[in-house]
Amino acid sequence: MTLAFHRPSSIADAAKLLAGAEDGKFLAGGMTLLPTMRQRLADPSDLVDLSSLPGLAMIERTGDGLVIGALTRHADVAGSEVVKAAVPALAALAGRIGDPQVRYRGTIGGSIANNDPAADYPAALLALDATVVTDRREIAADDFFLGTFETALETDEIVTAVRFPIPLAASYEKLRSPASRYALVGVFVARFADGVRVAVTGAGPCVFRSADIEEALASAFEPSALDRISIDASELNSDLHADADYRAHMIMVLTKRAVAAAIAGH
Amino acid sequence: MKVSFTLNAKPVTVDVDPATRLADLLREDMDLTGTHIGCDTSQCGACLVLLDGESVKSCTLLVASLEGRGVTTVEGLADPDGGLHPMQTAFRENHGLQCGFCTPGMLISAVDFANRNPDPTETELRHWLEGNICRCTGYQNIVKSIMAGTAAMHQRA
Repeated sequence: MTLAFHRPSSIADAAKLLAGAEDGKFLAGGMTLLPTMRQRLADPSDLVDLSSLPGLAMIERTGDGLVIGALTRHADVAGSEVVKAAVPALAALAGRIGDPQVRYRGTIGGSIANNDPAADYPAALLALDATVVTDRREIAADDFFLGTFETALETDEIVTAVRFPIPLAASYEKLRSPASRYALVGVFVARFADGVRVAVTGAGPCVFRSADIEEALASAFEPSALDRISIDASELNSDLHADADYRAHMIMVLTKRAVAAAIAGH
Repeated sequence: MKVSFTLNAKPVTVDVDPATRLADLLREDMDLTGTHIGCDTSQCGACLVLLDGESVKSCTLLVASLEGRGVTTVEGLADPDGGLHPMQTAFRENHGLQCGFCTPGMLISAVDFANRNPDPTETELRHWLEGNICRCTGYQNIVKSIMAGTAAMHQRA
């Protein structure tokens, strides 16, 4: 079957084209979808190319937050003076996704809509209490990431932007697979006036928060506050890269590093 | 579908199946076999080309998305009269290759890096090269070549 390729001129057109396709996929930077198609793990009937839709590649500092358009590439977030000033940990995270060539193509909207369990951005959104803005509604990060490669998005729903509150301090630490640069474990720690949020990627079937870690850090924001906490490994991933016990251990190691880095950075 | 873009400074219009990747178009239809396909899944960097001046992986780039864009392959680095690009000269003088399979991707990546970093440190370069895999050299002479080529491009020989 021949692939149908669509270049819609508006978000409304794009949603309509996808809704009308037999097995359509949105294409943003293509850094997951195209290798996946190449490996014969995906065989869509239609690709709806979002990459030339106007207005979706933007970074803006608002009164109390930061807005990043869905088509903003990792390289642009990593290099943005606005992001570096508002949430330096977010710029640093974007600068460590994949490699330079992937960062020229991959987008924040594509990354979160795909929700790879080892992707970096989901940890940032969840820890920073971000809001995903779509063509039809707004979804809190807590309600967005549902499971392995599963989000709250409808099939034809398009992410247009992500809105981040500005934390008092934040840091992201990851143990990378040396081959893929995906996180074997990644921990994003964000401290706000009313509490601490901690999100873990790479370790489980989907990005998740740890209430135990968050409570301990809310009472004392320092690495030693975590000395008596351990993570239950029974729900974590075991694979050829790392077993679940190792991942559980690394969550605590990386969380302590992230807390130390967040304190040092502010 | 028809797609018009600029390839090595010349306008081209191609009629392709929408699933066609740039790497395949270059190698199979345009006779530009300098662009190599290694892993075929955007890990190794052998297939890099410059897309509007940015190094990207042509094995995961659809020709369909190139309308109006500008592509430079490794063949487009040298002068039309055959004179080598300063980065190519630096690779030759510093023996920056062994088998040569990764070299076209290394050159494209190196030119992009040098354009953005006129006076880089070796550490910055080594981090940059994380998207280019070489299985022969251990990278020593590649790094030496790119540092020399960067200096030559910015006329500090």
